[in-house]
Amino acid sequence: MPDDTPVIVARGLTKRFGKLTAVDHLDLTVRRAEVYGFLGPNGCGKSTTIRMLCGLLEPTSGDIEVLGHKLPQDAEVVKRSIGYMTQKFSLYEDLSVVENLDFLAAVHGLAGAKKKQRLDEMYERYHLGNLKKQIAGTMSGGQKQRLALAGSVLHEPELLLLDEPTSAVDPQSRRDFWDALFDLSEAGTTLLVSTHYMDEAERCHRLAILDRGRLVANGSPHELMENLPGSTFRIECTEPRRLQDALIKEERVLGVAQIGSSLRVLTDRRDDGGWLRDRVHSIDAKAEVENVAPNLEDVFVASTHKRAQATEEKAA
Amino acid sequence: MKLGRLLAVVRKELLQLGRDRLTFAMIVGIPTLQLLLFGFAINLDVRHLPAAVLDQANTAHSRELVAELASSQVLDFRHKVVAPQEIATLMRRGEISAAVVIPPDFESRKARADQPAWQVVVDGSDQSVQAAARQLGSFPLDSLDYGTEANRPGIRQVPSVEIVNFYNPERRAPINTVPGLIGVILAMTMVIFTAMAIVRERERGNMEMLIATPLSPLELTIGKVLPYVGIGLVQVTLILILGKLVFGVPVRGSLVDVYIAASVYIAASLALGVFISTMAKSQFQSMQMAFFTFLPQILLSGFMFPFDGMPKFAQWLAEIFPLTHFLRLIRGIMLRDAHLGEMWGEIAALCAFVVVVMAIAVRRFRKTLD
Repeated sequence: MPDDTPVIVARGLTKRFGKLTAVDHLDLTVRRAEVYGFLGPNGCGKSTTIRMLCGLLEPTSGDIEVLGHKLPQDAEVVKRSIGYMTQKFSLYEDLSVVENLDFLAAVHGLAGAKKKQRLDEMYERYHLGNLKKQIAGTMSGGQKQRLALAGSVLHEPELLLLDEPTSAVDPQSRRDFWDALFDLSEAGTTLLVSTHYMDEAERCHRLAILDRGRLVANGSPHELMENLPGSTFRIECTEPRRLQDALIKEERVLGVAQIGSSLRVLTDRRDDGGWLRDRVHSIDAKAEVENVAPNLEDVFVASTHKRAQATEEKAA
Repeated sequence: MKLGRLLAVVRKELLQLGRDRLTFAMIVGIPTLQLLLFGFAINLDVRHLPAAVLDQANTAHSRELVAELASSQVLDFRHKVVAPQEIATLMRRGEISAAVVIPPDFESRKARADQPAWQVVVDGSDQSVQAAARQLGSFPLDSLDYGTEANRPGIRQVPSVEIVNFYNPERRAPINTVPGLIGVILAMTMVIFTAMAIVRERERGNMEMLIATPLSPLELTIGKVLPYVGIGLVQVTLILILGKLVFGVPVRGSLVDVYIAASVYIAASLALGVFISTMAKSQFQSMQMAFFTFLPQILLSGFMFPFDGMPKFAQWLAEIFPLTHFLRLIRGIMLRDAHLGEMWGEIAALCAFVVVVMAIAVRRFRKTLD
């Protein structure tokens, strides 16, 4: 279970590539043994942040402390106790499972009985035992992912960083994978996982929502949903498409999504939605409007929307 | 630098090499193919040049001269013409490369000896033809004087110049080309293989995973390059054996010297490959850059054209290239039985190249991780 020892502390973390600011004054604290999620669309700075946190990239400005060591100065020390699972499969496609893991064991200085014990553990835990001789390039997405995870935790890192680890696998493999992540967390490993799947984000102990390089919200999924500065409604109606077009023009409506034959509407204030009911009924008298509990997607839409508005005002 | 990590990279690289059939085929195929191609095709002796003859004198002596020239096999008289204009036309069309012109006053010119007695017209657009014509210029006219005036005192009975060919008396081309080929083949394969091998890690995304491990850039580079030193030496052995069996090319100096020189030269080529890998973004790019270094080396090193015949500027430039120094070394050891100690300057130049290029490459390598 998470305790209060900070494993990652980042203050004012910024990375610029030429004119583009990929990460913009990010403050971040990740505690021991928690599963910390990075939620955000593609290009929001998730990968760049993770790369800076494991010493691959030097930040343009800001301070990073990982496992009590300053980065990038102590990168070599930090590298011994972190694991990094890349977005794209980055083990050798032309080597077999055994050859890949043997190589990584040697790189991490594992030898003798310790090496054998760790490798056997990996084969067992990640169901790679009967794939030992298989060439990595010929394995399925889920199998590759298990091999990649085995490769990144082989040396028992205290901190594991995973960059969109489930983007290339089927739903069943995703569930199994998350079970494996929670096993690691239970054993005391701190995990930082980036994702763009809401259901995955919801499983994290805590998460940060990133939008165009900035941290727009953070906390536990429960807190984030509780503190949503808006309300969510479900509308049952006969012509959802027409209603959606009308509602999206409303200033107080942040988002409208069609789910089957109903609409899910997110507003910008916490109220019972009386005004919304009036507006809906003026278009479709038979529609039913019901107040529902917010989910993480609503939090995501609300926090990124706020930011978009702020930039628009700034520009105007 | 830790030995365990270095060996892990070497082991991994050998495993990958064993699985990469194309590279494996290139290691053996390139030397064999090039050796056979260059060995059989490059012939520095120019023979059977298509030629025309214009004999305006038409005396016994002039006919004898033409017959002598024909029997030397340098010229192959395909046309007998009657007007000088015909020569110009034939040459322009490319039907002949040379023509022999014997003027009407051939006999009197020959006797006076203050004017050239006859003329060879050559196609100057071809370098090798020019060289051959120079040989013809020293064709011993005196030898034609036997019979009639052979007993006259004061007339030379032997050609004015005798050319003695050391080291390659039969003027066999492979003797000159095979030692050089060792250098050329290594320049090609070593630079390409290393540059591609390192860039491959980046292109396939392995580098991102490796940077997050304790493996240092230096360990990775050296570990990846070491197997290629072995491969280079295998190639040298292959060329030496084929050269001996197929073309009878001798190794007159010590074999140990050959391998020492080759090892230093391989190191230089690998350094160049590592340097290229720090600049190239893809395997394709690294291959292009490797060819960019390969071409000037093969052209300016003295392998293709005589080094002493090049302009001073080109000679200075060529002094930078590893191949230039290796060519001098390997020709010296293999053909002239020279010792390494007698050519320490060339070894020193190669070592300097390794140190300088490797230093730049390692510095750049660190930068590219950002």
